[in-house]
Amino acid sequence: MTDIAKLPPGPLGSSSQRAVIWARKNLFNSWFNSILTLGSIAALFWIIPPMIEWGITNATLTPSIEACREVTGACWGFVNANLRLILFGTYPYDEQWRPLLAMVVLVGIIIGSLGAVPYAGMRKWIIPMWLVGIPVIAILMWGGVLGLTYVQNSYWGGLPLTLILSSIGIIFAFPLGLLLALGRQSSMPAIKTLSVVYIEIIRGVPLITVLFMASVMFPLFLPEGVTIDKLLRAQIGIILFTAAYLAEVFRGGLQAVPNGQFEAGNSLGLSYWQSMRLIILPQAMRLVIPPTVGSFISMFKDTTLVVIIGLFDLLNTVKLALRSDPAWTRYYVEGYAFAAAIFFLFCYSMARYAAYLEKELRKGEQR
Amino acid sequence: MSRSQNSPGGVRSKSLASYLNDENVRAIIYQIIVIGLVILAGWYLISNTLENLERQNISTGYGFLDREASFEISESMIEYSAQSSYSQALIVGLLNTVKVSLMGIILCTILGTIFGIARLSSNWIVRKLATVYIEFFRNIPVLLQLFFWYALIPNAFPHPRDAIELLPGVLLTNRGLYTPVPVAHHAFEIMGIVAILAIIGIIFLKRWAKKRQDATGQPFPVALVGTAVFFGSVFIAYLAGGAPTVLDVPELRGFNIQGGNNVSPEFLAVLIGLSVYTSAYVAEVVRSGIQAVPHGQWEAADSLGLKRSVALRKIILPQSMRVAIPPLTNQYLNLTKNSSLAVAVGYPDLVSISNTTMNQTGQAIEAISIFMSIYLGLSLITSLFMNWFNKKMALVER
Repeated sequence: MTDIAKLPPGPLGSSSQRAVIWARKNLFNSWFNSILTLGSIAALFWIIPPMIEWGITNATLTPSIEACREVTGACWGFVNANLRLILFGTYPYDEQWRPLLAMVVLVGIIIGSLGAVPYAGMRKWIIPMWLVGIPVIAILMWGGVLGLTYVQNSYWGGLPLTLILSSIGIIFAFPLGLLLALGRQSSMPAIKTLSVVYIEIIRGVPLITVLFMASVMFPLFLPEGVTIDKLLRAQIGIILFTAAYLAEVFRGGLQAVPNGQFEAGNSLGLSYWQSMRLIILPQAMRLVIPPTVGSFISMFKDTTLVVIIGLFDLLNTVKLALRSDPAWTRYYVEGYAFAAAIFFLFCYSMARYAAYLEKELRKGEQR
Repeated sequence: MSRSQNSPGGVRSKSLASYLNDENVRAIIYQIIVIGLVILAGWYLISNTLENLERQNISTGYGFLDREASFEISESMIEYSAQSSYSQALIVGLLNTVKVSLMGIILCTILGTIFGIARLSSNWIVRKLATVYIEFFRNIPVLLQLFFWYALIPNAFPHPRDAIELLPGVLLTNRGLYTPVPVAHHAFEIMGIVAILAIIGIIFLKRWAKKRQDATGQPFPVALVGTAVFFGSVFIAYLAGGAPTVLDVPELRGFNIQGGNNVSPEFLAVLIGLSVYTSAYVAEVVRSGIQAVPHGQWEAADSLGLKRSVALRKIILPQSMRVAIPPLTNQYLNLTKNSSLAVAVGYPDLVSISNTTMNQTGQAIEAISIFMSIYLGLSLITSLFMNWFNKKMALVER
């Protein structure tokens, strides 16, 4: 208990006495708070035991509809029976070790690059990791070489698709966003205007409109005979969308670097790009890493919108599994709960890590 | 800055080099190159598009807006039928978007404020519960939440035959929420006019009260008197109009419920999903806003002898509003933009109707350009309003 220091003077007493003091201070310090406490406890008693009964005690994991019909609780059997469909979508069944491995590689790179951020010596490995990792993932997913059978990307689905769309999205949006942020800061009016217009238009419209544009209008933009598939179009839409948001994050970082740093670069005779690369960006990047992780989280959640243009990401594979057999349709709570748990796991841990990074990267400023 | 003395070569090349090294000249050249590239890319895309459209026999232009839409819309705030034009259909969609966004903004502000304050409560259990709520709803995609609510309503609520009667006349079924509505009567028009007049009167009353307090120091209970004036005058108007009591009560006829006002499951799913999701963000905005007010302000209020509620209202909240307004604007804009996800659950919002239009006419570019510019306009209006509000609230520095 952190409040021990604030306890009244004298012998500390038994732990039960301390618990009483703690409860008085934190739960019953006024009549209003006492009512709130009792109300909350009552609400918890009303919600939690039925939830445990539903989710654990009365639930079944047996992957059959008969077993599910017999129990009163949750039918985790639905998830169990459709696990591979939910996780990998319509990827050929016998080849599903490939998206699994690709996913492990991708999550490994994400953890590796986020983990390398606080250590200055490790940061230089982040870009090589992605340069090696992306081709490995591409080979695993597409195949066609090294004896792997070719799998069209229209069969990709589930969690690997969600992860690929969001990580490739942020990786490619990163340089584009940086250019836009620099453009917005530029003293050249034409470049500044173009950047501002792009950023503000994209930020002013919902992602779904950008995805619609990508899925419906991109084919019209291309010359006759050239086609790009749906997945790539969605990916481009996501990149273009995220870049505008990242540009604003980067602008925040650039504005936080004091003007004297630009002037110092100028007085050393460095060119614009030299002083950016050597002086400004290293300082700005340190500031923008936590909000960039935040952008990654929102993009990770936003990739679910590709459902609307008919791609099979994790959310859509759940819906696919629910539709696969009319008997399963009523177990939507279990299906959505499973998908929600996966999303929560990823988003919450990244959010916690971003909060930790923010503290860690500011250590140098605290004396 | 010219570096001509450093450049090698003869007289002519020297002047050219110095010219090229001039920062201003370079800036102009860079800009010409960038604009040229943008124009070139734009021209390339447009010419491709025109060619493709011609090849696929798709007409261009906004002429389709006047043609008959010939599709039904399940809910509409204005008169609409399948014989109406596409432009009317789009207006219906826009109104539906605005309706769900406005109600969502109100609901998420209420929920968010409650949970934001709860997160700062001195009560341990309330604080933890608020944290769980915020973290739970913030970290699950909003579309998943919409799908969940949309699946829940038809499955968890009964068929109209066994409707749950929340209050007399308020029925909850798998086809949505039914409430009684008063039958149209001229008294309601009078009440509306009186209400507007009362609000104008209260604004003047508030101005007068402030002037008097500035001059004499005597406060005037504007809130109390204003509320009394408002409800009193509206009630008198109701009586004067003949006090109509006829209600259109929903009731089961055959297999469905007739009469009353129906709130569709789609609308409910979108409204609940968006408000709950956004409220988690609003709660964080409210929390950081309150935390941004220095503790000394509380102490100053204490030493002036102000009550805690007065201190909160007159000292803490106005200052935290100042911090909270810009991020709050962002959340409201996000909610408005996220309302476009209604298309996934079949609520006829702007995007959903544009999508139908697009499929029927094949004129994707026009349809997309319409809803994109409407969203841009909505974003612009919201941020202009919030900027004005922000300026009004901002600290006047001397």
